[in-house]
Amino acid sequence: MTSAFTPLTVLLAAMFTLAPVLIIGAPYESSMGLVQKIFYFHFASWMGMFAATIVCGVASARVLFQRRAASDITAVSAAELVVVFGIIGLITGPLWGRKAWGVWWTWDGRATSALVLWLIFVSYLLLRRFGGPGSERLSAAIGLFGMFNVPFVYWSVNLWRTLHPKTSVVPTLPVDMGLPLWFSTVAFLGLTTVLLALRTRLERRKSELDALHLAMDEDERE
Amino acid sequence: MPFLQAIWIVTRKDLLVEFRSREVVYTTLFFAVSVLLVFSFSFVREGVAIEGAAPGILWVAIAFSGTLALGRVFERERQNETLRGLLMSPAERPAVYLGKLLGILLLLFAVEIVIVPLVAFLFQAPLFRHPVLLLGLLTTGTLGFAAVGTLFSAMLVRTRSRDVLLPLLLYPITVPVMIAGVRGTAALLQADVDLPMARAWLSMIVFFDVVFVTLSLWTFEAVVAE
Amino acid sequence: MDFTSLSFVNVSRSYGRRWALSRVSFRCNAGEIVALLGANGAGKSTLISIAAALLTPSTGSVRYGDHESRSTPALRQRIGVVGHDLYLYPELSAKENLTFYGRLHSLPDVGARVEAALGRARLSDRGDDPVQSFSRGMRQRLTLERALLHDPRLLLLDEPFTGLDDASTSALVARLLELKTRGGIVLVATHDLEVVDGVVDRAVVLRDGRVVEMPGSGGSLRERFRLAGS
Repeated sequence: MTSAFTPLTVLLAAMFTLAPVLIIGAPYESSMGLVQKIFYFHFASWMGMFAATIVCGVASARVLFQRRAASDITAVSAAELVVVFGIIGLITGPLWGRKAWGVWWTWDGRATSALVLWLIFVSYLLLRRFGGPGSERLSAAIGLFGMFNVPFVYWSVNLWRTLHPKTSVVPTLPVDMGLPLWFSTVAFLGLTTVLLALRTRLERRKSELDALHLAMDEDERE
Repeated sequence: MPFLQAIWIVTRKDLLVEFRSREVVYTTLFFAVSVLLVFSFSFVREGVAIEGAAPGILWVAIAFSGTLALGRVFERERQNETLRGLLMSPAERPAVYLGKLLGILLLLFAVEIVIVPLVAFLFQAPLFRHPVLLLGLLTTGTLGFAAVGTLFSAMLVRTRSRDVLLPLLLYPITVPVMIAGVRGTAALLQADVDLPMARAWLSMIVFFDVVFVTLSLWTFEAVVAE
Repeated sequence: MDFTSLSFVNVSRSYGRRWALSRVSFRCNAGEIVALLGANGAGKSTLISIAAALLTPSTGSVRYGDHESRSTPALRQRIGVVGHDLYLYPELSAKENLTFYGRLHSLPDVGARVEAALGRARLSDRGDDPVQSFSRGMRQRLTLERALLHDPRLLLLDEPFTGLDDASTSALVARLLELKTRGGIVLVATHDLEVVDGVVDRAVVLRDGRVVEMPGSGGSLRERFRLAGS
């Protein structure tokens, strides 16, 4: 665990304490009122999920083509984070939608794309869980394909539906709305990093344990 | 041995094996027709098909039949470990992948030749108004689905729970193909036919195919190794 | 590419928390039949898979001749494997199975070779029958010919005598001796000590994934095997 870990965690704790203050201070959006404020964490958690997707994809490529076992640890940890942040996004989204537009799920472009990507990484985890030995390499293929699929999923779903506030919402938000949004995003990305570090440390300990068992097995036979 | 020749040797063997028993083509075809029948109970009201249902029904039938066919073809390679026999031969691994893929494609096209007219017939859908574009959507869409499916089936050959894992892994990843296939076909069936839209969907599938066939070729050797 | 020896250099292979093979080193030369002996689970099949370039060792390497090789088409062209599984398509006939493998190996005179192979397997009159109609012994004979069709330099066999009747066993032994005279390398993993006694040039004993010493002479193979590792 690098020495950066503790200061980073402290900083993150501070950011998450400050975030609600910023969010409360942000101006109300005219039509949706208070409910719109869930958007700050909703958007931020999608960004976290997105980042984890890329990390998983790159790590999966290394598992497959460079045969680095260590990358498998990163890949599975990142995949778990995709699923976790995805769940946050998939819960906050409908909660917002219900209040804002009266329906839980509207099949809008961005939400549907995120759901599909989430499903891909859920299938990654199911493969790890039920695929038996050797599923590290197989799930790496899923991680890699999942990452490459991101543009296609967005392209196809968005060509099909459009209802979500357009991407342009973010840059054209008045500064008061913009600051809490970017702040929350950075906080969530920081959270992604910290969780990834924790999770990979756990996996690394497990493989160190396996290596110790192997060494013991070796010694027993001497 | 020339690469193309290796591909053909593998495909020819698959066609020969299938020709002997015809098990996969008959069962897949029957399954596809059963799927259409089940859909018709949901989507036909008072003898007329619900508007816009036909494209979805067609592509879901293709996806379901495709999954079944993939499962059966690779189950055959699992018996007697013949997939390992292929990998032990001097044939290059990408050639083995493409050989299996071509065999699956031919099988699925054979099924589609039957179910496309059947869908047009049962659901009163004028599918043959723009045959070239429809053919384009069907070939590229089936290729995209089969390319990923062949890779996944090959990699799952020695995996526990492979029967349930294949659809679980395949369907989310092939969502873009399914969306494009369905919406592209729908654009051809609309009252005011939207040809540019259909072409847009077709080009998306083509991009998908290029990326994912390449990815599958790259990763095949790594994922089938033990 | 061609090579005249097969060497294992400190080959180890782990599965999770145990070593299936641990620092296995030995060499087989052209014109030798080497027996790989050991109880079930000793690691024989794993070692054969590694020699067949199907499995990579966790540490150590396999050398074909003087160079370390990854699994390339040229290398696979020189190796034949007779394993637990038949690698035969039950729906196809014996002739079709052999022709398929012959074509995969780019053999120039496939038809003639297939006929000769069927003859040696004593299956000439059943050449057009589907393999699923064959008895186990017949399938075993066919799969041996499949492995030898392309004149491999290295022949690897994993328990080839299981379930064979006496005639087929003698025929297989004869084929192995024939391959040895032609300068091939034969590595056969087996339990059937009586069968290979007197046929093999050397024997390597695996116990728990490790090579153990066995007396080179003095008594039958079975007696010496019992003394191994003590």
